[in-house]
Amino acid sequence: MTHLLKLLDPNRLEEGLKDKKPAYTEAEARAEAERCLYCADAPCIKACPTEIDIPTFIKKIASGNDRGSARTIFQQNLLGYSCARVCPVEVLCVGSCVYNGWGRDPIQIGRLQRYATSAATDKGTKQMFVPKAKTGKKVACIGAGPGSLAFAGYLRIEGHDAIIFEKRSVPGGLNTTGVAPYKLKADDSLHEVGWLEELGVEIKTGVEVGANGAPSAAELLKDYDAVFIGVGLGDDTKLGVPGEDGAGVVGATAWIEEMKLKGGYAKPPAKVLVIGGGNTAIDVARECALLGAEDVAMVYRRGKEDMSGYVHEMAGARKETVRLIEHAAVAAFVHDASGKLVAAKIAEAKDGKPVAGSEREVPCDLAVLAIGQSKLRSLAQAFPGVDLDAKGCVKVDPKTCVTGNAKVFAGGDCINGGKEVVNAVADGRNAARHLIRLWAKA
Amino acid sequence: MADLSIDFAGIKSPNPFWLASAPPANTGEQVMRAFDAGWGGAVWKTLGDPIVNVSSRFAAVDLGNYKMMGLNNIELITDRPLSVNLKEITEVKKRYPKHVIIASLMTETREDWRVLIKKCEDAGVDGLELNFGCPHGMCERGMGSSVGQEPKLITEITSWVKEFAKTPVLVKLTPNTGDITEAGIAAAKGGADGISLINTIKSIIGVDLERMVPLPRVGPGSTNGGYCGPAVKPIALHMVSALAREKEVGIPISGIGGISNWRDAAEFMVLGSTSVQVCTAVMHYGYRIVEDMIEGLSEFLDQRGMKSVTELVGSAVPSYKEWGELDLGYQLVAKIDAKSCIGCQLCVTACHDGAHQCIFTGNAERDRPPHAHAHGKAKPPTPFPIGDKAGDRVPWIDEPECVGCNLCQLVCPVPGCIQMVEIPGGKSETWNDRVNDGRAKVPGGIHDP
Repeated sequence: MTHLLKLLDPNRLEEGLKDKKPAYTEAEARAEAERCLYCADAPCIKACPTEIDIPTFIKKIASGNDRGSARTIFQQNLLGYSCARVCPVEVLCVGSCVYNGWGRDPIQIGRLQRYATSAATDKGTKQMFVPKAKTGKKVACIGAGPGSLAFAGYLRIEGHDAIIFEKRSVPGGLNTTGVAPYKLKADDSLHEVGWLEELGVEIKTGVEVGANGAPSAAELLKDYDAVFIGVGLGDDTKLGVPGEDGAGVVGATAWIEEMKLKGGYAKPPAKVLVIGGGNTAIDVARECALLGAEDVAMVYRRGKEDMSGYVHEMAGARKETVRLIEHAAVAAFVHDASGKLVAAKIAEAKDGKPVAGSEREVPCDLAVLAIGQSKLRSLAQAFPGVDLDAKGCVKVDPKTCVTGNAKVFAGGDCINGGKEVVNAVADGRNAARHLIRLWAKA
Repeated sequence: MADLSIDFAGIKSPNPFWLASAPPANTGEQVMRAFDAGWGGAVWKTLGDPIVNVSSRFAAVDLGNYKMMGLNNIELITDRPLSVNLKEITEVKKRYPKHVIIASLMTETREDWRVLIKKCEDAGVDGLELNFGCPHGMCERGMGSSVGQEPKLITEITSWVKEFAKTPVLVKLTPNTGDITEAGIAAAKGGADGISLINTIKSIIGVDLERMVPLPRVGPGSTNGGYCGPAVKPIALHMVSALAREKEVGIPISGIGGISNWRDAAEFMVLGSTSVQVCTAVMHYGYRIVEDMIEGLSEFLDQRGMKSVTELVGSAVPSYKEWGELDLGYQLVAKIDAKSCIGCQLCVTACHDGAHQCIFTGNAERDRPPHAHAHGKAKPPTPFPIGDKAGDRVPWIDEPECVGCNLCQLVCPVPGCIQMVEIPGGKSETWNDRVNDGRAKVPGGIHDP
């Protein structure tokens, strides 16, 4: 996996951000694991989109069976290493721990999962899964994000060949380019990708399906037994207000990607405005504050209770001094004569709509748009039988992730419009399981 | 405040809390600090010809996050010269005349015993404790538990000692024996003034799986040790109460085995101990634990309106019965408090896999297992309980099938959530009644078709 780490610039800006939930030592992990009640029909399992048998993996940590613990995790979630850190456990497994109702600290499931999966994927550790003999079946994935990686990995373990085409120069999808670095840094994401490569999953980066001589949708359908579309979402959405194409106004995912991957990337300036109320907006705001911006404010057109970002994430951002300007909509961005961004014109918003004549200028040096991402419609539509819903998401059967074309599967953000890494993993796994069952019968 | 002082076979102690003969009572400096902390007495680390010890000496069993639930040691008796120990005993007695010092002794020949007893009594001890219990090392040399396992030897050596001793003599017994009452009767027969028990249990506490050597490890090897600590308390309570019930024993008992707090001490006392001895808890937390033991026991006595701690001694002994005397008509049933239930459902899985398959979840009738005694389906309660914390995860009891075994209550992590409630109206009778009436035959026996 060292070849993957070479893809990253040294002195990346993200390296300045410390883990918010640092790794447990062995003794800490055992002590926390011992606290677990080992519930029957446990609520934490039900809260996990990949239904990891959490009490079982925790009891295995308590007994010192760390490798068995990781096996329990990976059987349900092959990307358990990154999910341990990326998952919003506060609203999933940890949030459903019965200790919450009892007024006790819930079990730190994410950190325990990190402990087990880190030990099992460490360099020099014997690979946990030995792929079965080759079956002759082969699958292709588009996009090397968590959904494709799970799909390819599970099929590879069963002996099917799996190749992933990734248009970026780095694999891992948002785990590499988008996740807040205080949860997961790019090199950790690539560590996990490298572990999956050890299983024989082949990843071709810098290959954009359907473009520049890369294989087309039709060629994939002809050359492979199944195709998984895991392309995620497209560019950051724009507001459509004056001045947003000028300097100092950037898209959130683009900004995060630069921050995570580029060496020597400039630190955020003094005054930052982040437009949006979702988790990406909160991430950007918190990252800017942590990286030294003096004043970071989020601008959201409704109230905090309406935000789609998680309460615990917003609380974390506030701790880093992030402010929230509620019921406010950006009407324009203002640049000085030299073209430098100096302010945003912000209107009061009622029911999310700007109120005419209420604009005021809020000074800023950087404005980050975190109001969503576009859909990559054309790629999916290049496959015959694959349909999109009204919002531009790929339509699939929710249990198997099969699209209108029986050979084509899709999962992750491109089917749900932007959810968690763990949802993408569940999609990829479910699609893989469907094929494994199907091909076992044949 | 109730009077905590006791008179143990003529040994007067300000309270019933004594340090057991062990590392915490190894030196005068330690014993004086213990007395300052509040301990009423100390049974000095066993005296005899000094020995040589090994490294390491202790190993423990942890239970979850609780350290040292059980402790095992392969340390021998004192490794310090007898003269030094005796000088310190004299000094401590001079400074702490009201506190109790009992010399634990271990040696071999009649003449050895005579000289050792004379020297100890000259040093000013209040009593003697004969170590017939140590199950490691010393027993290989014909002492310790190798005496305690032979009733004849117990009687013989005790009677030697009684010939020489002017102070009260306690015999410390080993639990590593088939019937503890034989050993207790043998000690009484030899003229002992009191009995101390239990000494440690012969044990191998664990194995270093990397090196394939048992614990505690001494280089490439190990040996059996003596097991003590909270884990052994139930065994000790049983043996104490067995001797308390035995009329041929009839002498005071000093209870030992896993006592860590006043509640443990009270349990030993109500089952027949006049004093209690503590080692592991002090090795774990220090002499300071005695403050809570004194205060907690005083509060308990005050609440019960007892004027003296001696009122406790043996007060639960009569309620011990043979199984055949238990009331077969007494019936309990489990009740789950929906308000405090946290929905972990440990009771459900415990009952289904480990008990009588009578706890269910979900608001629907459920099939009873094929072997159920009650007929038809198990019916959920109406209205269906919705918990404050657990919502619809609150389990329910199929009461007609509940045998009142307690398991659900034992596994429930929430104190008070599961209560065992008495169902009145059962006809009181014992198994012995049925045997006497000729109704002891239960259908489905070995010779039934």
